[in-house]
Amino acid sequence: MIDEKINLDVNQFKVVIESCASNILEVRSSYCSLLVIFDKEILDIDKIEDNLNNLYVSRGFLSKTDSFLWNIPVCYEKNFALDIDLISKQNKISNKEIIKTHTNRVYSVYLIGFLPGFLYLGSVDDKLKISRKKQPRLRVPRGAVAIADKQTGVYPQVSPGGWNIIGNTPINLFDKFKVEPCFARPGDKVKFFSISEAQHKLIEKEVEFGLYELKKELIND
Amino acid sequence: MIKVINPGFYSSIQDLGRFGSQNFGVPISGSMDQCSADIANKIIGNNSIEALIELTMTGCSLKFEIDTEIAITGSDMSPKLNELSVDMYSVIEVKNGDTLSFGRIKSGFRTYIAFRGGINSEKIMESKSMYVGLTKNFKINKNDEIHLNESKSSMNKKHKTSLKKLILSDEIECYKGPEYSKLTTQNKDKLLSTQFSISNNHNRMGYMLNQKIKNTIKPIITSHVMPGTVQLTPGGDIIILMRDSQTTGGYPRILQLTDRAIDFVAQKGTSSLIKFLIKN
Repeated sequence: MIDEKINLDVNQFKVVIESCASNILEVRSSYCSLLVIFDKEILDIDKIEDNLNNLYVSRGFLSKTDSFLWNIPVCYEKNFALDIDLISKQNKISNKEIIKTHTNRVYSVYLIGFLPGFLYLGSVDDKLKISRKKQPRLRVPRGAVAIADKQTGVYPQVSPGGWNIIGNTPINLFDKFKVEPCFARPGDKVKFFSISEAQHKLIEKEVEFGLYELKKELIND
Repeated sequence: MIKVINPGFYSSIQDLGRFGSQNFGVPISGSMDQCSADIANKIIGNNSIEALIELTMTGCSLKFEIDTEIAITGSDMSPKLNELSVDMYSVIEVKNGDTLSFGRIKSGFRTYIAFRGGINSEKIMESKSMYVGLTKNFKINKNDEIHLNESKSSMNKKHKTSLKKLILSDEIECYKGPEYSKLTTQNKDKLLSTQFSISNNHNRMGYMLNQKIKNTIKPIITSHVMPGTVQLTPGGDIIILMRDSQTTGGYPRILQLTDRAIDFVAQKGTSSLIKFLIKN
């Protein structure tokens, strides 16, 4: 189930579990579920389940942690937008309208997974909804911005993939030398803005030399 | 320094794995058979966290340009020092100029070579485990130079270990996976009564089995998976995810292997037989 409220609840409960358990290695959040990894094999799963249920029921009101809206530059021009014509044809919508619709919306970061730094974002406007390719591409370029069903995402590195590509971002989504290798966290928001191919080239250079700074806004709601 | 004369089929540097970064989509990695790797480190008095070499299916050939001690555990690939057979599961003294090589594989699938002091290689996100895109190389190549940590004499106190040989098992202990209950009774029976065999599609990321089970479960929303998760694809293929497993997936998760069972699968090659057993 893709629902912003449920996902927020999941992410908040993650913080609760992390703060009260000593024998837990890691808690990982997803769209509507949590994975709790314990430091050793659990002998009494029923008891653990009861404890977690009680913890959930008694968790009380939680103040929201800071989250940010990230503005990500995307070039939607022909050389990058490998599947834009396909979406245009299938969904009977002009290329211009696709770009407008994709950049108009604020997306939630639901999950980071599949590849180091791959952001699962949702949900796209119904006008852009398109199923995964039957035959995945063997080489999706780094930075490809793509759509699968109601989700949109960015490929952080070259990889095989079945999502429909509509553009490319020159920014770096994963920095293995940082303690927090991804700028965004689940619960953050993302908005895309359209750039030209020339701007894409320029930002790519700025990113390479560490000069490009992503625009972010603190979300207060 | 140790020079790689021949890396073998697929050899890599591994340790306990990369923890705490799965929320960013980073796989855990680490030695496929954690138990054998741990014993190798213990035999020569290393801490369990030290990085070592994992060999897959065939041995490697290493030329030592230092005096050191090593221990070899896991799959028996007929290890030899200067062409003379050496014992596994014991301390092997190695002198500058010696060559370690391997022969025929007799049992298992993965061998571990631990070096006194451990391997000194690049540490990315708290781990030396090789992985595509994270470490400079994802496997050991010909002519690579392997450096060791300087070992203090106090480290040289060898642990006693009662395990002196590789234990193999075809019985793979599991817990019920999150989507297990959605399987039909007939499919549950089939899953637990079939003797499965490993297909030729297996690596550090996952093992696909030869036999299929008809999948009647709808795909799930992208959720977390981890080493030992057993997935059922829409086509009915069964995949056991291993140490380099991706962090998320959309296929139903029907079983979850115990830690020890992952080690057992790591010692299997193509056509090896396994049987799932639910642990109560």
